[in-house]
Amino acid sequence: MKITEQEVRRVAELANLALTEDEIVRMTQDMDGILEHMEKLKELDTSNVEPMSQVLYDSEETATLRPDVERKPLGNADALANAPVAGQGYFKVPRVIEK
Amino acid sequence: MKQTVDSIRTDLLAKKTSAEEIAHEALKYAEAENPKTNAYLTFSPERALAAAKAVDQKIAAGEDPGPLAGVPIAVKDVILTRGLRTTCGSRMLETYIPPYDATAVIRIEQAGGVIIGKTNCDEFAMGSSNENSAFGPVRNPVALDRVPGGSSGGSAAVVAQGTAVLSLGSDTGGSIRQPASFCGVTGVTPTYGRVSRYGLTAFASSLDHIGPFSRTVRDSARLLQVMAGRDEMDSTSAFAPVPDYVAALDGNIKGMKIGIPKEFFDGLASDTGGVIQAAIQTLQKLGCEIREIRLPHTAYAVGCYYIICTAEASSNLARYDGVRYTRRSESAGTLQEMYRKTRDEGFGAECKRRIMLGTYVLSSGYYDAYYLKAQKVRALVAQDYAQAFEQVDAIVGPVSPFPAFKLGEKVDDPTAMYLSDIYTVTGDLAGIPCMSVPAGNTPDGLPVGLQVLANHFNETAMFRVADAFEKISTT
Repeated sequence: MKITEQEVRRVAELANLALTEDEIVRMTQDMDGILEHMEKLKELDTSNVEPMSQVLYDSEETATLRPDVERKPLGNADALANAPVAGQGYFKVPRVIEK
Repeated sequence: MKQTVDSIRTDLLAKKTSAEEIAHEALKYAEAENPKTNAYLTFSPERALAAAKAVDQKIAAGEDPGPLAGVPIAVKDVILTRGLRTTCGSRMLETYIPPYDATAVIRIEQAGGVIIGKTNCDEFAMGSSNENSAFGPVRNPVALDRVPGGSSGGSAAVVAQGTAVLSLGSDTGGSIRQPASFCGVTGVTPTYGRVSRYGLTAFASSLDHIGPFSRTVRDSARLLQVMAGRDEMDSTSAFAPVPDYVAALDGNIKGMKIGIPKEFFDGLASDTGGVIQAAIQTLQKLGCEIREIRLPHTAYAVGCYYIICTAEASSNLARYDGVRYTRRSESAGTLQEMYRKTRDEGFGAECKRRIMLGTYVLSSGYYDAYYLKAQKVRALVAQDYAQAFEQVDAIVGPVSPFPAFKLGEKVDDPTAMYLSDIYTVTGDLAGIPCMSVPAGNTPDGLPVGLQVLANHFNETAMFRVADAFEKISTT
């Protein structure tokens, strides 16, 4: 076994997922199978390989900077339009700090 | 609809029809046919007719109506369209109305394209069969009891069905090429950074691409032409100049060196293999020099890909927490409950699986063993291609180990489903352009795509091979 149900519960907490007991059992099986396949990478000696985090092309260092010109932003109303709960120009969430 | 970009343009300029009439007919036909496949999730008649009228006005005024004038185009529902619902195939975003347009969408409409609707897909583009959509699977128009492939299944299906002339898909590990192969249409994954990702809902940012579907190679080249090029809204979009793709399509590929990767024929089903071998013989007849090449790290690519894409996905999907994107669990009391219940109710099984895997491989104690290791293996996969392109101009092989399978046939084994991405993920990991062009049918009558891959920014070589192949195999 690459992963236990206990570890799956811990990962679900980290990922902010509230999995049911049935989901935990199924998830453990599925993750185990996939992690088992991922073990294959250990066969390769990569001690002298630089990690590739992005596909990069040559360009000037400052090429991605744009001129410092003012632009119209999205705007408060548009930004809040998809909020499940909004008010006073803000996203509203359940109370975090008690008085 | 069996029109092409060029035939529509000719008809419009000859005043045989109007863009408004084409849009009206396209919408009527697409809405009538959609129950067969479930390929469209949303139609956009108002937006389509407004765009069509603008094209007609330009033509009436004697102005150039643009390279995609009047062409009915469908857009995968992970690509944002201002004011037009964009669900990402997820319950999480069932009612999400984007406040802005993707750059690709803006460029299409500026070029006279007419967006008629949004297409079904696997949830957040995660899947290889379109069975992970919260809004039901798409059926393959070629064989309705089979999947269209995924994740851009709807976009492939509408082009195959003729309910759009062109469509947009997104590809992270094969999500354009595999459905193109399954549905018998052309699908293109451009070089990473060739098309701006601004407005493409992020799945795995270092691997995500927007690309075209069409019925001819020429039409995909035309659509890519419009979308390609630097966009300041995406800092990873490339500065490289965009050549005239269509001008290079002269059908003559004599003397081109084509590589055949030995590793792409391991585990290939015989019915698919037969079609691919015949395609290679066709390229030989066209005067190409066929060379066997090696891509020795192919066997490690699926593991590498699923570490990187799940890691990036777990970060990207953290934003769906009940605060900003439409959905919040109604049963949540505290902030923590709001996060967890919203995500549990909003995400489907495959999304959860990938979020979990990604969180695991990034978690303390496992980062070096999985994520860092995968980034190093990714460099080796990219190096395989760099070495191959020192010897050949293009590479061809299969897209998928097998043709379209039956709905439900593979849903219970996620590892097996992931392994079927073997021939497509390497191109995404390396960031090179790759496409699927119809190569023929299996003895059972199921379409098989030929994958054509070229070096970074050499879409021209890729299109030339695919176009010459298409011309000879359709005449």
